[in-house]
Amino acid sequence: MKVAEFMQRTGLKAFTGDTGLEREITGIYVCDLLSWVMSHASKGDAWITVHTHLNIVAVALLAEVSCIIVPEGIKAEEATVKKAAEEGIVILGSEMSAYHICCKAYELLR
Amino acid sequence: MSDGIIRLKFDILPNDMSAAGEASSGVKKVLNQLGVEPQKIKKAAIAMYEAEINAVIHGGGGIAEVVIDKEYIEVKIRDEGPGIADIELAMQEGYSTASDEIREMGFGAGMGLPNMKRYSDKLVIESEVGKGTTVTIVVNL
Ligand SMILES: Nc1ncnc2c1ncn2[C@@H]1O[C@H](COP(=O)(O)OP(=O)(O)O)[C@@H](O)[C@H]1O
Ligand SMILES: [Mg+2]
Repeated sequence: MKVAEFMQRTGLKAFTGDTGLEREITGIYVCDLLSWVMSHASKGDAWITVHTHLNIVAVALLAEVSCIIVPEGIKAEEATVKKAAEEGIVILGSEMSAYHICCKAYELLR
Repeated sequence: MSDGIIRLKFDILPNDMSAAGEASSGVKKVLNQLGVEPQKIKKAAIAMYEAEINAVIHGGGGIAEVVIDKEYIEVKIRDEGPGIADIELAMQEGYSTASDEIREMGFGAGMGLPNMKRYSDKLVIESEVGKGTTVTIVVNL
């Protein structure tokens, strides 16, 4: 499912504007240990993390995830949003917990 | 791929997490432009990123020197930091001396060296306590 449709169906909002919305989400990966994400996330996963510092952009690129999702109303840092937009990485935000995002994604992606 | 050998050099700044990853991103872009197989780019970029992060958080910054030849890419990351007393111990998954501040950022899980091993075709770690560390990563292209 494309990021744009996923946003529409889940109510997630993009911090990064219109870039990268045509990317295909093929799964979800939830983890806050960056080395772990790089070696275990699958290409195309939407990556749920509470981190919003600059380095998540590099990790997202290396892990080839389809987008980053920050849960629980966390705001993405401005510098991170700028860098992500430059690199074509979408950062989505939600008031939902990681668990609730996963539940919704399960219904949509299975 | 072009014929000549490509040599690249990057400075890795100490304690600057916001710039950490610039060198590996740069190399990744070059490999992309050269039309290297995506799977191999991923291997080289992840291994190099881990080494670069280590140079920033443990090594007090350093230098990355990269050689891209037809058959391989070699990444050498050198620092003049405290060195590693027990390399075998440092290689163990989960072993880390990273600060709380670094851990709060999601680094310092003790998986950097294991990831370098996993994603490289050859990994050489040379280190002397008080002198510094040189990590050499080779990925066959
Ligand atoms: N360049 C380096 N200089 C000094 N010590 C290092 C260096 N690289 C790794 N180490 C040591 O090896 C440990 C394990 O490294 P690594 O597997 O990358 O885990 P992490 O970086 O998460 O601590 C580090 O915590 C540190 O003690
Ligand atoms: Mg490390």
